[in-house]
Amino acid sequence: MSQMALFGLASPVLTVSDLTRRVRELLDTDYRLKDVWVSGEVSNVSRPASGHLYFTLKDAGASLRCVMWRPDVARLLAPPRDGEAIEAHGRVSVYEAGGQYQLYADTLRPAGEGVLFQQFLRLKARLEAEGLFDPQRKRPLPGWPRRIGLVTSPSGAALRDVVHVLERRFPLAEVTLVPTPVQGEGAPEGIIAGLQALNRHAHPDVILLVRGGGSIEDLAAFNDEGVARAIVASRAPVVSGVGHETDFTIADFAADLRAATPSAAAEIISPDVSVLWEDLRLWRARLAGALGERLRAHRWTLDGQRLKLRLSSPRAQVIGARQRLDDLGSRALAAISSGVQLRRVRVGGLIQTLRAVGPTAVLERGYAVVSVRASGRIIRTRKHAQPGTELEVRVADGTFPARAE
Amino acid sequence: MAKRAVKAPADLTYEQALQELEGVVRQLEAGEGSLEEALALFERGQLLAARCSKLLGVAELKLQELTAEGDGSVRAVDLEEEG
Repeated sequence: MSQMALFGLASPVLTVSDLTRRVRELLDTDYRLKDVWVSGEVSNVSRPASGHLYFTLKDAGASLRCVMWRPDVARLLAPPRDGEAIEAHGRVSVYEAGGQYQLYADTLRPAGEGVLFQQFLRLKARLEAEGLFDPQRKRPLPGWPRRIGLVTSPSGAALRDVVHVLERRFPLAEVTLVPTPVQGEGAPEGIIAGLQALNRHAHPDVILLVRGGGSIEDLAAFNDEGVARAIVASRAPVVSGVGHETDFTIADFAADLRAATPSAAAEIISPDVSVLWEDLRLWRARLAGALGERLRAHRWTLDGQRLKLRLSSPRAQVIGARQRLDDLGSRALAAISSGVQLRRVRVGGLIQTLRAVGPTAVLERGYAVVSVRASGRIIRTRKHAQPGTELEVRVADGTFPARAE
Repeated sequence: MAKRAVKAPADLTYEQALQELEGVVRQLEAGEGSLEEALALFERGQLLAARCSKLLGVAELKLQELTAEGDGSVRAVDLEEEG
């Protein structure tokens, strides 16, 4: 080492903090290290009172210090144990005070889950391309599931949940259970055989395929290709209820309907007994209403018929005839009397007219009628009244003689 | 009524009784037939409704299990109501 180098004159001297910060900045700018999954074996797990979790991940060639903050730790189903093979997700940075680079983990999962997930995605894509999940393929659920097939574990909570819901909502149902393991060795085969046996021997209206929640490994049987194909091949529609709200299994995609939980599956397929009671009440009311309507209609026609009957009976005919006779009699009488009356009026009218045009009324107004006494001829012109003619003058109350001059 | 065999209401399942009740109501509402037929329909409807409400009232979920026999056949076995 030269003197210059020894005195640090070639480049400025960095403090430990400066250097460490530089290293940290270097790591922080690497996008790959900001969002990374690391697999390894867990060792040196420690969880002090702070609630944070410290451990080391290692494999044959290297080791990596890891820290997980308390809020993320709280979300873990179970804290990792020494010797366990896991995959951790997080970002790599530097703990400056400790001079350590480390993984700030936010999620942990058992090793192999990533591989399973990849398999899941590949299978899903393949079956989807084949049309197994097509909405057109899905069958409608029966409105009235009298016979319900149930494929699940005989010891699981899922069975109890389904039975409780059906007892409460739809106690008219008959449930046929095919008990089968729903995880581990033989589970897919058991589920497939169960679906087939139900279709062949129990003729269910609908089949429930259910189990409680679990890890992706626990649910492996529900991500099995054979199970998916058995669901599609089932004669009765299949409703899946695998106890996990957020994740879907292949069975969920293949099922005719996917429910979030076993209880939800039982609810979806069953009519509610309170609705049935209400239904029955309505039908009863309609029955009574329809009869009432019929009775009213009959009474109406009955009244009409009775009236007709009454009119066509012999007694009614005699009464009718008698009545007609009376009627004619009184009409004749009326006609006669009104004839006399009419004539009386007419004569009165004639007398009036006679009086009006007769001479009497005129004479009463002061006129006189003059006639030749010898012949009785009425004098209408001067020619007929030659001087010396003997005349007769008629006034209202009589005649008197006169002579023309 | 004489057109088809009439089952005693006691022999009908809930859905059979309900279905027939619906048919009876519709027939009655259609307003055909004599008054006697209407009254007979109404009486039948009442029996059917009574059957339905009896079945709803006493209904208990039936639970059975399919089990494979030694000879390869399959049998349905009633399960006891578990608590």
